[in-house]
Amino acid sequence: MQPNSSQKLKIVTLVSVGKHPQSGRVRRADQDSRAVELGLRLSADQADGLVVLHAGDPNEPSLRSYAGMGLTAINVLQLDPAADAVAPLGEQLHQSGADIVLTGVRAESGEGSGMLPYQLAEKLGWSIVPRVADIVSVKEGVAEVLQALPRGQRRAVKVRLPFIASIDTAAPMARQSAFGPAQRAAMTVTVVNAETDTLRQSWHEAVAKKRPKRLKVIKAKTAAERFKAATAKSQSEGGRIMKQESAGEQAQAILDLLVEEGVLR
Amino acid sequence: MSSHDLLDIVRRDPRAEWIARNRLHPLHGTLVDDDAAEVRGPSGLLRKYPHRVGFIGPNGIKRIDRLKGNAAASGKGRRSAAQEVQLPLHRVENPDFYIVVVADMVGGRLTGHDKDVLGQAHKLAAGIEGAGAVLTVGFGSAKEEHFDTAGVDRLLVLDDDIYEGYCPEQRLAALLQVENEYQPRHWLFPDSVNGGTDLGSRLAARLHERPAVQAWQVDHQTAVCRGAGGTMDITRETPRLLMLAEECADQIDETRHEALPVTLTPVSVISQLQDQGPVAVDPNAVALAEAEFILSAGNGIHDWDQFHAAAAVLGATEGASRVAVDDGFMPRFRQVGATGTWVTARVYLAVGISGAIQHMQGIGQCDKVIAINTDAGCDMVKRASLSAIGDSEEILGELIKRVQAFRAQPSIEGDQDAA
Repeated sequence: MQPNSSQKLKIVTLVSVGKHPQSGRVRRADQDSRAVELGLRLSADQADGLVVLHAGDPNEPSLRSYAGMGLTAINVLQLDPAADAVAPLGEQLHQSGADIVLTGVRAESGEGSGMLPYQLAEKLGWSIVPRVADIVSVKEGVAEVLQALPRGQRRAVKVRLPFIASIDTAAPMARQSAFGPAQRAAMTVTVVNAETDTLRQSWHEAVAKKRPKRLKVIKAKTAAERFKAATAKSQSEGGRIMKQESAGEQAQAILDLLVEEGVLR
Repeated sequence: MSSHDLLDIVRRDPRAEWIARNRLHPLHGTLVDDDAAEVRGPSGLLRKYPHRVGFIGPNGIKRIDRLKGNAAASGKGRRSAAQEVQLPLHRVENPDFYIVVVADMVGGRLTGHDKDVLGQAHKLAAGIEGAGAVLTVGFGSAKEEHFDTAGVDRLLVLDDDIYEGYCPEQRLAALLQVENEYQPRHWLFPDSVNGGTDLGSRLAARLHERPAVQAWQVDHQTAVCRGAGGTMDITRETPRLLMLAEECADQIDETRHEALPVTLTPVSVISQLQDQGPVAVDPNAVALAEAEFILSAGNGIHDWDQFHAAAAVLGATEGASRVAVDDGFMPRFRQVGATGTWVTARVYLAVGISGAIQHMQGIGQCDKVIAINTDAGCDMVKRASLSAIGDSEEILGELIKRVQAFRAQPSIEGDQDAA
């Protein structure tokens, strides 16, 4: 990671309140803390280069565990828990300006729809790069970003500043949070007014039920069919068997299939 | 009135009955319909003709098939003629509304997740009044052959060059065109890392819709979706745009659909994101469970250096059967199968693995299996879509040579293109 040091980058990381998936305890969210980590690395050579922003309750204990990663301050937009955070966050980003905004992919508490970065991007007219694993370089207003793809693959994407990136779990692990710095960090609170999220109030929320497993339905009409379904052994599915051909022809057929499937890179 | 009564009287013809009973009579064939084994008698009763039931078997003995063609295929010749059931065709002539499914189409084929979403689309359409058609939008060239049985009523494949690679803004523009043209009742996306979530979120932000994400129980009135990192269930009114979790609904399996192709004029947009292509990653650093392409070794491998070289040349993640691991040729974390790792590779190349049942369970989710084996009758060959029977060392050697030649070739083409 070699961000261009000649120009000063303004990086904002948006953090949310995390929830441990098993115990349900409040914690720093995994993806958000990775976003803070990436922000800290990108702004390593600038003092106070990284702005960490949270919309919600400034007394939230989990915010301190972000601060323990070495932040001097966390900016909190204090608003009603039932309020919609998109508008005030967009307003704040619009006013303060930013080159790179980092968020998690999906929050661990609340609705967790993952729509916030998209809505902010739409509101501000910036680009959004989802599921970022790393920001490789920022040169002349263009950032080179590595995107995490399924199956451990990576894709390089170039994007013009300013942009919003949602950070995937493939990004570098967040550093440990230290208790002392966490307590010393300042909470800069700005009280904002935001519209209440009325649509969400009509929703019904409950602890997640276990999803029923999909049953294998056997649509057999006769006893013989049911018997066959219960005792089915692996049968040839009409695959091509090359027995007589030379090793060269067989290898060519395998290569053709690999090319057709697009796994040879 | 009276003439009608006269017509109702059944008049018997004793001579014709006599001829019909006598199979040796020269006129017998004219009076008896040879095809039907069951006929209605003159009094309306069902008459079974026992001489015409069944068929003559291959060794001249009469066979009666009481399973109505459902018996397990035993003969060698008859299995290929397995019952190709023609499913009833579901036709929507003039749709009252559209439900659009934007399929991931990983590798050009509908994924299982896509098919779940298609099933959900039909479930939604059934709940809404009027005849709805399911329009499926896919980007990139389509290799799928069974759009009809997956539940696609209308098919829009956007395979222009501008939709190639990673171009979410371009694709979003196409979806907005679809929005204007069809005004769909619902937009359905698979909530997947293969692009469904990204595209769905972009469209939702552009249309100012509040989507239901990770929705797993949806009908036309209410949707239940997972929130708060999968720990909460949110029950809400079904929104217009949904991103559906896997196994949200049953796949279509009892009907055939038209899959009528529709077209859209591509409109090019200026993209802020520039795709720089995939970045080379060490295939062996990818976890075996999520590797896309696995080269797996079994008892049939003798030249292990060649095997590792082949994996490196192919760019495949290495796997192994239990025997290879127990013999100490491969580490334990490379073991594929019920006792090792359950893999999800798209292409699984098994060299010298005959396929113990535990191993076959482990590769159950693989799309294409290629087998290199000396035994043509083994289970792996039965499962494979391509099997090469022969010496693995020889075939791997040839494969390495050809792959190296193949890799050298595109760069020449690329130079020509550039020139």
